[in-house]
Amino acid sequence: MNLKNTLLANAVALGMATAATAQTEISWWHGMGGSLGETVNKIASDFNASQSDYKITPVFKGTYEETLTAGIAAFRAGEQPNIMQVFDAGAATVIGAKGAVLPVQDLLAANDVPFNIEDYIAGVRYFYADEDGKMIGMPFNSSTPILYYNTEALEKAGVTAPKTWEEFQSVTAPALKDAGYVALSQSHMPWIFTENFFSRHNLPFATNNNGYGGTDVTINADAPELKAHFEAFKSWIDNGYAGFFGAAWDDNAKPFESGEVAMWLGSSGSFGGLVQKADFDFSATVLPYWEGVTKEPKQTFIGGAALFAMAGKSDAENKATAEFFRFMTSPEVQYMWHKETGYVPITEAAYEMAKADGHYDRFPAAETGIQQLQLPAGDWTKGYRMGFYVQIRDVMNREYTRYLTGETSLDDAFGAIKSEADKLLERFAKTQG
Amino acid sequence: MKRAGFANYWLPILLLLPQLTIIAVFFYWPAFNAVQSSFYLQDPFGFGSQFVGFENYADLFASKEYAKVARFTLLFTLLVTATSLATALLLAVKADKVLRGARTYKTLLMWVYAVAPPVAGLMGVMLFDQNIGSVTDLFAWFGYDYRLGVNYWDTAFAMIIVSVWIQIPVNFIFFLSGLQSIPQHVREAAMIDNPSGFGRFWQITFPLLAPTAFFLLIINITYALFDTFGIIDTLVKNNPASNPMTLVYKVFVDGFRGNDMGGSSAQSVVLMVLVLALTIFQFRLLERRIHYT
Repeated sequence: MNLKNTLLANAVALGMATAATAQTEISWWHGMGGSLGETVNKIASDFNASQSDYKITPVFKGTYEETLTAGIAAFRAGEQPNIMQVFDAGAATVIGAKGAVLPVQDLLAANDVPFNIEDYIAGVRYFYADEDGKMIGMPFNSSTPILYYNTEALEKAGVTAPKTWEEFQSVTAPALKDAGYVALSQSHMPWIFTENFFSRHNLPFATNNNGYGGTDVTINADAPELKAHFEAFKSWIDNGYAGFFGAAWDDNAKPFESGEVAMWLGSSGSFGGLVQKADFDFSATVLPYWEGVTKEPKQTFIGGAALFAMAGKSDAENKATAEFFRFMTSPEVQYMWHKETGYVPITEAAYEMAKADGHYDRFPAAETGIQQLQLPAGDWTKGYRMGFYVQIRDVMNREYTRYLTGETSLDDAFGAIKSEADKLLERFAKTQG
Repeated sequence: MKRAGFANYWLPILLLLPQLTIIAVFFYWPAFNAVQSSFYLQDPFGFGSQFVGFENYADLFASKEYAKVARFTLLFTLLVTATSLATALLLAVKADKVLRGARTYKTLLMWVYAVAPPVAGLMGVMLFDQNIGSVTDLFAWFGYDYRLGVNYWDTAFAMIIVSVWIQIPVNFIFFLSGLQSIPQHVREAAMIDNPSGFGRFWQITFPLLAPTAFFLLIINITYALFDTFGIIDTLVKNNPASNPMTLVYKVFVDGFRGNDMGGSSAQSVVLMVLVLALTIFQFRLLERRIHYT
């Protein structure tokens, strides 16, 4: 009896020891649900199958916000995962906390994984970088807002997708209205109509280099160009050119999917879902701009989320994380991710592979996001870095909705956004003190 | 009469220890932490932090939005409590009189109690949805353009209806058992004195139900303030924008979505004070006026 127990204990100990030396296990917390989550699991299991030294375990933690909050709580308890997915609006929180993450560029260099920021798609490079351009988070699910359109509806109305908002309001929208359609809906006002509005028109979004220069920032949320844009948007809603269904993403997407709305501003990452949901032919084009604001529209920057290597892990685990990043950024994995989900491939090599494979001959709309991210860059096109930004977006959504439903005036709405956002930025600066 | 007591001084403390430990770990410790962090602005990851004194509170009380949320919470609590208590009382009085098929009737009224708040919220989202909701269609038939998630009061309406619906069964069960515990001889005596059913109810039945009603009042206020979180979260789809929300949901939005530890701690301290006041009100004022048999 005793002998048996001892043998068993030895066997268990031995088993654990061999597992520990043979395989380094790392964890990956993410916020990708549904079919996206399945693709994430596939990337992880492909990585595990591709070699025997490391094993990665992906864990779904809920929405982006819930993932970030869970990661923060875990970090404070010393139980953080090796890799955490953080979304665009949470970037300042995680990058601002000096010592919470290992900059991905340093991590790769320390583990002999070649890295050259020029290998990445232009609009992808600097959003998750520091002011000097060092990449801190590895872009993962990268998307950018584009204009989807119902091909049949546009043909029926005898118009093509608008290049500018001037064209939209004078030609496209009236024709579509006559053909019995609501011309436009959009799914994310802070992202599509604010952040990327500034980038597309090459306007400064915030002081101190859009916030990359430090926490001493004020926001330019009451820019006259932006106010004019929302004034126009309200007039489109009022005379039936546009539909507004609140701040929830799906409420604005559904009328497009059901064919009532002819054009929809969504994410390039929505492509995979739309292919399944829409029973009509659709295509996509780049985000329209105001010719009255700029004659030279610029690129947009990425939304979505990035993967951050959390600090406080052993060298062996960091090595495993670096190897996973090497795998994840390989053209094959990026192309698979791009094809399955519609998120843009983050490297030029993966883009070339998708082109060579004829992916865009089959689905021209799938290329729109990447093309938009590769348009000429300007001084204000790399992104923004602002703390408490999730709350700032909440304030924008609140005031925009109030303005659009007639609860408040244009000046009051934008005045409130400006003053509340600046107050939040000031508070955030103090948390870093 | 013999007084029961412990011979050993330490035994009662030992017996109480598990309960005290739980209270200390799950209530006093977090409460202390909340009070402490409400005086700081701190980096979510715990790297930097700055003592700001009462600044978080000052910001809170200067905020027009916070005042708006507080006013909505008050209105919401009043409406949910009053409507769900009144409806449940009416149903209980009627159910009390049913002789045939009483069990089926009662079960039909009670099953809703088994629905979890987020599930109730989801059902609300389905019913009130802008694109596919049947309630929305009903409103459209009457010529009203109902917009859940866009119009402030339309969303508030859905929140109140769903919250009331889910709370009625609890109130119903308590009221019904309260009614059934009223002695038969009291009812018969009342029947002789007063032939009007309405008069009998307000003069005899209702005062005898008062302990139940008072207990339910407190339970319902607490429910409307705190337990409606799941319903609100599903109805605003985790993205409140200009929609109404309650104070508890605001703590979540700022603390868990926005990672503003100091600001949301100050809000939870405000809520703690509110609960404290409610408890004092319960024990000091109302308990004395209620006659328990």
